[in-house]
Amino acid sequence: MPPTFLSSGPPSVETTFDRFRLKVLAGVQDAQLRRYALVLLAAGAGLLPLMAGSAHAALQKVPTDGADTLLMLMGSAMVLLMTPGLAFFYGGFTRAKNVLNTMMMSFFLMGLIGVLWVVIGYSLSFGVGFKSPFIGGLEFMWLNGVGGPLGDAPLADGFSISATSFALFQGMFAIITPALISGALVERINFKAWFWFCLLWSIFIYCPLAHMVWGGGYLGPLGIGAIDFAGGTVVHIASGVAALVSAAIVGPRTGYPESVRPPHNVPYILLGAGLLWFGWFGFNGASYFAAKGAGLSFITTSASASAALLTWCLIEWFRDGKPTAVGAATGAVAGLVGITPAAGFVSVGSSVLIGAVVAAGCYIAVQFSGAGGSGGSAKSVLDESLDAFSVHGVGGTIGALLTGALAVKEMVPADYFPVSAKILEESGNLGLFIVQVKAVLVTYGFVAIGTTIILLMVKATVGLRVTPEDEERGLDFVCHGEEAYDPMTN
Amino acid sequence: MKMITALVRPSKVDAVKSALVALEIIGMTVSDARGFGRQKGQVERYRGNEFTVDFLPKSKVIVVVTDDKVKPAIEAIAQAARTGEIGDGKIFITPVEETIRIRTGESGEIAL
Repeated sequence: MPPTFLSSGPPSVETTFDRFRLKVLAGVQDAQLRRYALVLLAAGAGLLPLMAGSAHAALQKVPTDGADTLLMLMGSAMVLLMTPGLAFFYGGFTRAKNVLNTMMMSFFLMGLIGVLWVVIGYSLSFGVGFKSPFIGGLEFMWLNGVGGPLGDAPLADGFSISATSFALFQGMFAIITPALISGALVERINFKAWFWFCLLWSIFIYCPLAHMVWGGGYLGPLGIGAIDFAGGTVVHIASGVAALVSAAIVGPRTGYPESVRPPHNVPYILLGAGLLWFGWFGFNGASYFAAKGAGLSFITTSASASAALLTWCLIEWFRDGKPTAVGAATGAVAGLVGITPAAGFVSVGSSVLIGAVVAAGCYIAVQFSGAGGSGGSAKSVLDESLDAFSVHGVGGTIGALLTGALAVKEMVPADYFPVSAKILEESGNLGLFIVQVKAVLVTYGFVAIGTTIILLMVKATVGLRVTPEDEERGLDFVCHGEEAYDPMTN
Repeated sequence: MKMITALVRPSKVDAVKSALVALEIIGMTVSDARGFGRQKGQVERYRGNEFTVDFLPKSKVIVVVTDDKVKPAIEAIAQAARTGEIGDGKIFITPVEETIRIRTGESGEIAL
């Protein structure tokens, strides 16, 4: 049974409806309206199902808008590019004999999760069939009925983007999230284990979490009232915590920490960070869901990344005497992670502050988690190889909390964020901050427990690691029968 | 015939080549190498992890010359590769029993 928001054929009462809508909006400037629309977009994903069910009175039916839909399609392409970008970012850090395997752990998911998403992932995240605050439904399997017969129907009341563009956009998020986890497992996990882990993790962790935060579920603006603009919780905290847990369960690389080597290709790291930054304009910027107002979320995204890059390099310059390229790349990514939950809810000034604070926080986290280099004095027993938790987990957490502290009331409209707006109204930013803390803790617990169960299942069936001999040989050849750099090729 | 193996700074390879060609020593093999001597390694930092990199990049130049050209060749290489700082490199001389040109099967000094 398709939700009401999908059946948006031209109603005969359109004229009456339009007149009514214009009347309601008479006092509202168009620009302001757009801004509200964008805000709703963030929560929108989650809200729509609820709206469909409960017919939220405050949101009016709007026709699909070409520019807004185009923003989503452009954003989808940009977010897709983040996955190969991440592959380069991570690939540069590993040894030359493991670079293809590391990059495949991200790149392959454009196939696996790409299919999974259209088959069932979208439905589990944004359906309403199960009427549960924790999981969607099965009515949108194969994206059946999404966007109406011509694919141009709007997502839901109050949304001017097409449902099809939204489904694609969200699919790109689903692809990159498990890819982020790979940073904790590189250079030792069996590719078959990675396949099953990502499949199960996406279904049982990502989809429920997306539903809880964006799908109108437990954690979102219709539940306890936490806000997450573009995925600080769903994407970054989830992947960061999963990375930490899986690093513990899979165990360190053989010979860690003495065997740890410097990055094999720093230019790859910069290339990857550049692609990630570009793609993040789609990730955060297009999460505004409305072209006219998206300039704001584009600016906050970039300003935060700039502030974080600068902060990270200045810290290094001050402490070690030299700013590093790896530090600049890491700082930029940390800033992008930090602004993700906040991009459409805070002022530009706040975005710069978020970038700087997140960079400092992630810098400290990286110092604690590092292997200590060839000195061999591991600062951590965990081989969290590429700092996925220290950047995405810590950065996502700081960003989510600062979102609560810095959110601007006008940018969290009650139409789209009823519970969140009420909290802001009644107890201010402190109240929202406390809700954000709750959402973060729930996410940590849910992801940590779920990831542990999935990993233990995979361990018991296909096993997790390659043999120490295969680690020595290199995973490019062992897992894929290829080498990235053949010295005999000329 | 003697084989001269010179380990020099990568930035000095072109100067070494020019100096040898000026002596009409035509043909040489150059490869990338890594090593350390008294210069020892350097410390690199990545995300706060410190790595002591012991092996620094060098270039290995190999030429085989007739006995009468050994001395001028060594002088030419040393002069071209010297900066006066630690890390300029080393030159090793080894005897060569035979040289064969694959294309024609010629052997001895004529094959150089």
